[in-house]
Parts: sequence; C-alpha cells; structure tokens
Amino acid sequence: MSERPITGTAFYQYLAEQKLMGSRCRSCGRLHVPPRPLCPACYGDEMVWEEIGGEGKLIAFTAVHIAPTAMIEAGYGRANPYCTGIVQLDEGPAISAQILGVDPSQPEQIEIGAPVRVAFVQRGEGEKERTYLAFEKA
Amino acid sequence: MKTRKLGRGVAVVGAGMSGFGAFPGVSTRDLFVTAFQEMRASVDKGLDPGDIEALYIGNYSSDLFEGQGHTAPIMADWVGLTPRPATRVEDACASSGVALRQGIIAVASGLYDVVLVGGIEKMTDLPTERVTDTLATAGDAVYEIPPGFTFPGFYAAMATAYMDRYGATPETFMQVGIKNHSNGALNDKAQFGATIRQIMDGKVARAEAKGYPVPTWRDEMDFLHDDRANPIIAWPMRLFDCSPISDGAAALLLVSEELASSFSDAPLYVIGSGQASDTALHDRADLTTLRAARLAGQQAYEMAGLAPADIKVAEVHDCFTIAEIVATEDLGFFPAGEGYQAAEEGLTARTGPRPINTSGGLKSKGHPVGASGAGQVIEIWKQLRGVAGERQVPGTVDVGLAHNVGGTGQTCAVHIFERR
Repeated sequence: MSERPITGTAFYQYLAEQKLMGSRCRSCGRLHVPPRPLCPACYGDEMVWEEIGGEGKLIAFTAVHIAPTAMIEAGYGRANPYCTGIVQLDEGPAISAQILGVDPSQPEQIEIGAPVRVAFVQRGEGEKERTYLAFEKA
Repeated sequence: MKTRKLGRGVAVVGAGMSGFGAFPGVSTRDLFVTAFQEMRASVDKGLDPGDIEALYIGNYSSDLFEGQGHTAPIMADWVGLTPRPATRVEDACASSGVALRQGIIAVASGLYDVVLVGGIEKMTDLPTERVTDTLATAGDAVYEIPPGFTFPGFYAAMATAYMDRYGATPETFMQVGIKNHSNGALNDKAQFGATIRQIMDGKVARAEAKGYPVPTWRDEMDFLHDDRANPIIAWPMRLFDCSPISDGAAALLLVSEELASSFSDAPLYVIGSGQASDTALHDRADLTTLRAARLAGQQAYEMAGLAPADIKVAEVHDCFTIAEIVATEDLGFFPAGEGYQAAEEGLTARTGPRPINTSGGLKSKGHPVGASGAGQVIEIWKQLRGVAGERQVPGTVDVGLAHNVGGTGQTCAVHIFERR
C-alpha cells in the first residue's frame, strides 16, 4: 500500500477504490487525515498510508442553498440543497465531507454529534466523473 | 509569548476610501485613484505624493474577478508613483490588513519613512455563482471545496458548532445584522446605507406602487424569518447574515513617528500589530473560535501593553454575523461562549459599553475583500479623530482596534491605534 506518494491525487485515487486513507508518521505515531507528507507535530517525513475505519461523528454542518458551480452541475442548488460538514473520525482526526442520509431542507433536525459512516459519492459526467468523500448518517 | 516591538514608531497620517458598493464600469484602478485622492485630502498639513517611497497593496483576486493580475504596479502607475517599489499582498480577505502590517514593518525597519498602503477589489462584474467559486479558492481546493463547502458554508458550519455548544440561535445572528445595518445607515460610504427597517419599508412601498401583494411583516425579526425576503444561503446563515458582493478601495499613509507631526495635527500611532496563520477548518481542535485571531490579538495587546478593556472602539471582521460574535470573544471583549449574549443585550451597539463595527462593518458597509482590512482602519481613523459624524462614539475615544480575517481564519491580522 505504500507505493503511492502521499498526495491529494493519491487520496482521491483511493477514494475511487472505496478506501478512506490517512497517513501515519513513523517517528511519532500520529495519524493524519487528510494525509500529509510531513508531520507538523514532529517534522518526521516517513509516512505510511493507513486505511481508516470510516466511523465518526458529525461535529459541524451546513445546508448549502447557494451552491458553487461544481455542485450546481451535480444537480444541487436552491431547489435542491445539500448538506456538507466536518466529521471527527473515531481515530481522532477530522475531515470535511458531504453529509448524506439527512434532510437538508430540515436542518434544525440534524444533530451535532450524530454518528456517521463513510460513503463514496460519484459526481461529474464522463471523463470528469470522480469519487468524492461523503459520510452517511448511521 | 515573546513580546515583539517595532524597531521604531509608525503613525497613520492619512486615510481615504472610495465608496463601497456595486459600481458597473469602474475598475480597481479607478476605485484606487478615488481612495488615494481622499487620503491626500485627509493629510492635515498636505502631502506631496513624490514623498511616498513604497506601496503595499492588498488584493485578493483581481485575477479571477476582473482578469487582471500583477495589480500593485498598476495602482502605483495610476497614482503617479512608478518607479517606486509596489508589492501586492494576498491573504484572502485579510489582504489589506496584512498589507498594512507589511507597510508598518517597512517603516519600522528604517528602510522607508513614507509608505502608501492600499486595498482594492472589484467583485461585482461576475455572476454570483462565479463569485462563490472565486471566494472558495480561499479555502482548501483539495480537501474542503470538493465536498461542497462555500464561504457562507464554512461560517455556517462554525455557527452550528457554536449553537450546539453555547445555545445561540439563528435569531442571535439576526440581531448582529440589525445592529450593523443601523450603524451603516449613518455611513455615506456604506453599500447599504439603510437600516433593516428601512429596507423592509422600501420593499413594502415598492410592492404597493407596483400593485403586487403587500408583505405584512410585523417587525424586523419577522422580515428576517421570511424565506423569500431573507433566503437561506447556507443554513443557518441567511442573506442578511452575509456581507455583500462589493467593489471598493482604501488607502492609508504611514510615516515614521518622528515625521508624524510634520504631516498631521492628530496622527494615529500604531501601538500594536499581530498576525497569525492556521490550518484548514477541519484540522482545528475548536470550531467555535479562530485561533489565529486569538494569537494575533494577544500579540497586538502585548505590543501595546494594553488589555481588551482599554479598547474604546473596534472594527471586527463580520464577513458573516457569526464571525462578529466569535471575534468579540477571540479579542477578549467577552468570555468564550458569552459573545452571543452580549450581542443580544446590545452591549456591542454604537452607544453601548463595547461599540463594535460603528462603520456598519463588512455586513453593511460592504466587503470588497482585498480592501476591507484597510477600510476598517479608516473608521478607526475617523472615530479617534472625532470626525465620525452622526456615528461618532461618545466620550473619550483614544484607542481603537482593527481585526481582519482571511478565509476561515487561516489568516488574521490585528492592529491597535492610539491618538495621543
């Protein structure tokens, strides 16, 4: 698993393989999700890929009504808002992700602390199709 | 924390700005000329522009907003200052707060005696979705934007974490908007020169004139709860929780302390300056505070030898209403988790004990992002010199603070000024 360089490109390649990956520092043992090539805690640069279990909890979210172009192209917008947020993984680190399995039109009902599980969403057509990180309410 | 000191004293002796708003057909260079001319006129004892030795220009993204990169030499040229060194500073919405800090450092180092600091942005040529995309480039394009975050979305997410921890509600945020619009109504440079009540009444009058169904809002809060009048942008942030899309420019003249009295009858001395950076939002231990703002504030207070209680007036970075509440906590005006109650109780009103954003803030004055940090200093200049007109804070106003945030708090610059 260590053959890929620790880059954002590789992170998304793994997502396309339905894997959420982080990097663990060999010097201090710290886990980084998203993965980093250099450990900000100890400046170690010997990192190894590590697959993340995919369980976590929602710690912040929003329901987006005014969407960026990429999400408008994916069918979202004022008439079809989507939820995005920050998930703290059971392993400790936190990451930004689209949040599924909740009703963006009833944001008051979405609970901070709700358990969520990793999901992988496809967006874009043809050559632009890509896998993005999401979490689904457990 | 090490207390840092400037190598020598620095003073602001001139300050000017264009109007902030939507100005079709006017580019950043035109706005900058307007700000420069107003700055010149504000120098009590006059300014020979030829005395300016260098320029630091805050500009977030003219590249994407108006197809113009390399803006600093153009600004220098348009105000007749080539071949002096002209440096563009980009730290998202903190660009001109950081440009100010670079100008201060340049004078404090002894390299220059007279420096021009500017801020420019021209946002309204693009449709809203492309403005949304351009602002999003201040986030992390690899890990934050692909999941669908927008700038209102980031601050909305902070708001949900804040609401969950401390018990604030969307109504709390609306109070901040009402307060800043009421201040901005007294500012002739503001994009919205109107209170929320005046905006409401205007909509009713227009509906009546056109024979449309007339809205029956009971009061401002009823208006702000109306999904049609105040649509959700990124819940819980609605339209009136968000600063507008704006054009504008600002200009400040900095000189060494020993030269200050030869330019100005009432210079503003720079007594505190701080700046810090931070990670992407998801990598932070606490989503209800901006660590960079806390650190920049502490550095500025340490340099000034002052405490939060000594600040008489503050312009804080209210790009979204939640951001003002968090800022008042990060700067030590209120304990963590109590800023929202202070806002609800009116403590941050212009006539309250802790006046915040007397200019109308970014919310009402406008937020041409690269100009906003320098624009904040213009309000401090006016308040400390006692020339803020109808919005002048009562009593002795001799110390003011400006807090300028870039992105989600990945940059923050804080400055403290004193009139002696």
